[in-house]
This record gives sequence, C-alpha cells and structure tokens, in this order.
Amino acid sequence: MIKSEPFVINIGPQHPSTHGVFRIKATVDGEKVIDAEMVMGYLHRSMEKLAEERTYTQNIPFTDRTDYLSSMSNNLGYCLAVEKLAGIEVPPRGNAIRVIMAELQRLASHCMAVGAFANDTGAWQTPVMWAFREREKILDIFEVTSGARLTCNYMRIGGVAFDLRPEFEPMVRRVLREFPPFIDEMEGLLSENEIFIARTKGVGVLTPEMAINSSLSGPMLRGSGIAWDIRKADPYCGYEQYDFDIPIGYNGDSYDRFIVRLEEMRQSLKIIQQALDGLPGGPFRTEVPLALRPPKGEAYARIESPRGELGYYLVSDEGPSPYRFHIRPPSFINLSALKEMTVGGTVADAIVVLGSIDIVVGEIDR
Amino acid sequence: MTPFLVSDKWYDIRDLGNLSRALLDAADKVLPGGVVYVLAALIGFVASFLLFVLPSQLIIGVYGERRIIGRMQSRLGPNRVGPFGLLQPIADAIKLIQKEALTPTQADRVVMYIAPIIFVMPAVLLWAVIPFGENMVIADIPVSLMYFLAVSALPVIATFMAGWSSNNKYSLFGAMRIVSMAISYESPLVLALLGAVVMSGTISLSGMVAWADEYTIWMVFVQPLALVIYFICVSAELNRTPVDIAEAESEIVAGYLTEYSGMKWGLFYGMDIGYALAASGFAATVFLGGWTFFGLEQWVPGWLIFIAKTHLFYFLFIWTRGTLPRLRADQLMAFAWKFLLPLGVFNLLIVSTERMLWAEQDYAKGLIYVFALVNIALSVGLVYAWARFNGYRPERTPTRPRLVKQAGGYIPVGERP
Repeated sequence: MIKSEPFVINIGPQHPSTHGVFRIKATVDGEKVIDAEMVMGYLHRSMEKLAEERTYTQNIPFTDRTDYLSSMSNNLGYCLAVEKLAGIEVPPRGNAIRVIMAELQRLASHCMAVGAFANDTGAWQTPVMWAFREREKILDIFEVTSGARLTCNYMRIGGVAFDLRPEFEPMVRRVLREFPPFIDEMEGLLSENEIFIARTKGVGVLTPEMAINSSLSGPMLRGSGIAWDIRKADPYCGYEQYDFDIPIGYNGDSYDRFIVRLEEMRQSLKIIQQALDGLPGGPFRTEVPLALRPPKGEAYARIESPRGELGYYLVSDEGPSPYRFHIRPPSFINLSALKEMTVGGTVADAIVVLGSIDIVVGEIDR
Repeated sequence: MTPFLVSDKWYDIRDLGNLSRALLDAADKVLPGGVVYVLAALIGFVASFLLFVLPSQLIIGVYGERRIIGRMQSRLGPNRVGPFGLLQPIADAIKLIQKEALTPTQADRVVMYIAPIIFVMPAVLLWAVIPFGENMVIADIPVSLMYFLAVSALPVIATFMAGWSSNNKYSLFGAMRIVSMAISYESPLVLALLGAVVMSGTISLSGMVAWADEYTIWMVFVQPLALVIYFICVSAELNRTPVDIAEAESEIVAGYLTEYSGMKWGLFYGMDIGYALAASGFAATVFLGGWTFFGLEQWVPGWLIFIAKTHLFYFLFIWTRGTLPRLRADQLMAFAWKFLLPLGVFNLLIVSTERMLWAEQDYAKGLIYVFALVNIALSVGLVYAWARFNGYRPERTPTRPRLVKQAGGYIPVGERP
C-alpha cells in the first residue's frame, strides 16, 4: 500500500482561471482535493467608503468599475436605488433604453462567462474566440451609444445619459440576427459534446437547499432548479411588459449552469426584440439637479445582473452624498459555496467549478 | 563507387543519399578507420534535421497548425511576417532563442537541462524506419514496427524528467499524469497494432506497404477499429488537446513544462508537433497504405502521396485540438482500461479468426474484401454495444434547460414546469 501525503497547492492568483487576486488554497491528496480555502485577495479599492464622500451623480462611475464586465447593469442598479430614495420617475423611453442596454450587457457578460468556462474545461480557445467575436459587436453598440466599450457609465439618475444615435437600431438588429446562430454553434460545440458533458456533469453539484442557504443568485441558483429571477419576481424598468421565460436546470451541476446561461442569452434576445420594436418616443431622462439631496431615509434596489442579484443599499441624511453606500455583489456571495463544491473532486474539477461560478474580482473586494 | 543517379526519375530523392555515400566513400580513403562512421552519423543527423525536421515541424507543423486553428476560431492566424506570415515560425524561433531560459533555484539543474535534449532526439530517430517511397527508407529493418513503438516511448522519460526536476507542484502533477497515461495507453495501442500485424503477417513497415499494394486494400478498411483505437491512444500519448492532461494549461498551468522558458520550452513545444507528425506518418504507413495509392504512384512521386496522407491524418489532430474540451485524468484512464482495452482484445480475436480462415483458403484474394465489409460492420456494432454495456446513454442528457414563466421557488426535476 502506497502511503501518500497531502500537500497544499495554490490555485491562483497567477493561475489563468482565477482572474487576478483571488486564490484557492487547496489541500490535495494526489489529484483529489480534500480541503479548500478561499483567499479573496486584497484589491483594496474601498469603493464603498469613497462613495460616501462624493455626490450621488459622481458615484455612478464607481459602480461600472466594480463589475467591469457588466457596467450597464451596475449603473442601472445604482440609479434605481437613488431613484427609489429620491422618488424620481423615469420616462418610458428611458426605461426601454435601459432594458435594451441591460440585456445587451447580459449577452456580452454571458459571452465571457461561457467562453471562459469552456476555456477552463480545456476547449483550447475556440469557444472563447467565438464568444469574443460576438461580444465585440455588442461592445461596438456600447461605443456608439455611450462612448465607452467596457466601463460605459451610461445610466443617469432619472434616465440615461444620451439619446440613441441613428446607427443604434441597425446595429442591434444585426446582433439580433447574428446571435442565435452563435448560440446554436456553442450548443453544438459544447453542450452536445460528450467530453464536455463528462467534464461538467455531476461536477460542483449544489442542491437547492445549499443554494438557498448560501443565498446564491443568478444562474447559480437557477441551475439548481429554483425559478427565481428578479426581473419576474420584483420587476423594475418595466420588465413586466416583456414576454420571456426563466431557464432552470436539473441537478445544479456545472453543466446546468452552462446551459442555463446559454438559454438566458436566447431570452435576452427575445426581450431586446420586444423592447426595440416597441421603443416609445418622448424624453429619455427626467431632469435631476446635479447636487441631488434626497429626503432622509434608506433604500435598497436590486436588479438581476448577469451574475445574480445585484443590490444597492443607500442611506440618506439629506446631504449631497450618501450617508451609507453598500453593494451586495453577486460574485462575492456566489463564491461562498465554493468549498462545498470543490472538496471531494479533483484539481481539474475545482477549475471547472470556479469557471462555472463566473466571478469578477472587482466585485469581490470592492 | 556507386552510380550517382539511381533512376531516371526526376523526383527520386534517393540521389541525395548517393551523394552523401560518395562523399563518405571519398572521406574513408583519407581519414583513419572508424572516424567516417561518426562523420556519417553527424551528417545524417544534421541533414535530416535541416531537410526534414526543421521544415516539416516549423513551417508545415507550426505555421499550418496556427493557420488552420485560426480559421476554426474565425481569426486570421499569422499573416504579418513574410508572405502570408510564412516566416512566422522563424520569427518565433528567433524570439524564443533571445529569451532567457530560467531555472528555478531549487530545481535539479542537470536533469532540467538535459530533459529537452532527450525529448528532441527520438523525433529524429523515429523517421529512420518510415518508408517515404519505393526503397526510400533510411533503415529498412525487419522489425521496424517494434522499433517505432520502442523509440516513441522515449519522450515520456524526458517529460517525466522535466516535470520532476522543475521542483514545482504543478510540474509534478504533469509528470505523474504523463507516466500513468503512457502506461495505460501503451496497452490498447499495441493491441490495436497487433491486429494490423496479424492481418498483414509482417512486422516491417515496408512489408505492410507492400501488403497493401499486393491486395489493393488499405489496412484501415480491414481494421477500422484498430485505426480508431490507435488514433485515440496516440493522441493521449502525444498530449494532443482532447487528452492533453499532462500539459493542461487551464488546470495545472502547462504541467511538466511550467518552469521552462525560452528555447527550452520551444523544443518541447515544437517537438510535440514533430511527434504528432511522426505518428501521422506511422498511421499513414500502417493504415493508409503508405506511399501507394492504387496505381497512382506510377504517375505521382510516392513520397508526395505519403506526405499527403501524413498531413491528412495530421489534420485530424489539428481538428480535435481546435474543437474538443479536455478530459479529466481519471476519466481518461478509465476509458483506456475499461473501453479501449477490451475492444482491442475483441478486435484481435476477430482478426486472428479471419486470418486462420484466410490461411485455409490459401490466401484467396477476394476474401479480404469480404473481411473488410464484415469488419466495418462488426466495429460499428462492437463499439455501440460495448458503450451501451458500459452504461453510456447519450439521450439521457438534456441539453436544454427547462423554461418557466413565473418566478416561484424550487421545481423538482420530475415535475413539468
């Protein structure tokens, strides 16, 4: 009988699938992970504290830098919180533009998630290249509308920053036309691929109880078979008028999270189609004073960001800047179930699980 | 003195061999006894490296692989350096040579230094026994298939040395994985090749080409299962992408070559392609009839046919590399022992029976075509039945999630949403 000794390896931060400062201290016995400890790293941006020194409008650029892969959604969540706090109404055109932008951002973010996940399973760059190809088209739309590609900073309190340009609609129509074949391609390349299924099925299983107890959200929760989507459960920006479905998985493994993301892309396309067809006219923004002083009180607004429930908690003391500013980031909370998912699997599985969570480190230490 | 030209055919590159022989004969008269053999070995090594390994690996291997994979990934691939980016491999090589070859402080310096050298050597040795055309084989030994298998097992030692000496946990993972994998995959590989050997009744690679020429059938039609097993096993041994678990960039950060940089890394990487080309050439010889093409070799140089077949097979390697995800180490091991090995044994049983029948019929020429049809049908049936027996049910995996209209808590799997 060979006696083996467990040893510790650091998966990350230099590891390609741990994007930056995050690392897993994994104790392994051969290839089997017998213990895993997460070290969140120290990005040390202290954004929440900084935000308490700036006015409400000045805080918007912070939010698109927390989650740099879904800046539109993050802007939107913050603006919703301020609007809730100050009681500001958004005109219907502004809401429709917001919905289109948030859904385009979901497409772009899921492209990254799906591509990086495929890369983590070892599909040597091809899926990630295809995903990037599609994502570029969406980033081009963002560039035309807001001037920036990654950190868009497009939402404003009371609406959006600029009206849509004439190039906008044909570009979105092009995405609507060219995206479904891409999703079908990914399905043929990955979700119907036996090696991919063998690698991801039954890996990182989360039971519904575990998912709820860890307060997970987004595709992680829906992969476990829980039909929970804030766009349906607590609609904002007029999501109740669009017809779309919530995709849910079967067993809560990495494979289910993957196919849920692919289906969410299809549903997002459906929403964009409806919103674009019924785009109302009129103003795109309610005029709001730059030095906004909301009445005393607190507000919590949440949206369904690509990674899950993104919440902003604001407390006002009638000053020009928030008394308290807190973000509920989905990546940070989704990571909390990592230990349960990785222990018992192999090192290769740990990477797949990490890829299926779809983390953005900017959100984890904000 | 041998005649300078062996044939009047313009493409017969055996003339180069005659040229070197003439040179060596002349040198033998001047030099003291024995030195000429060292000289011959050196000339052979340098010439084969310059004439074959360098162009095939760097230009065709690296450049072709990058261009084809670039096409699969809907990007361009190298297109800046030289015409169509053809000089890109050379530019890469210059860049790699310029880079510093780092050695970790705690590493075993000697072993780490010689590992890439040991890794390169067999890549040249392997081509010694492969017939490029009629009589165009450097060493036509009667046991060339055994020689090929033996030499192709050498790089495993080099990779294990590299992984162990780097003193990095990821490298150790890679080294362990490659050894376990090489041991697992050698058995079904040899079993599959035994089928071809039993059918053709020879263990010499030129003999196999002659067999394919004589019966005007390629081994792949008689032994389709053997080719499939060979392809899977060889891609596992060569660390090609569907099963490159020893390298595994996304999980163990390039495994055994994590700590290598510069041209040392370049040797490992370039020779990976070299071994894939050698394996393709071997497969083209054994399974695709080598340099023969049902009479076409009368009109086209045989070595051109051979190179075309080699690259046809090599394209399969590129294709799988461009598209497939990677298996896990334990899954791969289970696949070798539970799936491929029994299939190889079955295949050997069938082919031995057929060979007996054939011998009784006194090698009737038409019977081989009956065997081919029977074997193709049997292979498909056998793979299907064995996969079913092992519990493989593809239709049980739903590839689309369930769709729900309303947000409302947990929906158990059995229920209709």
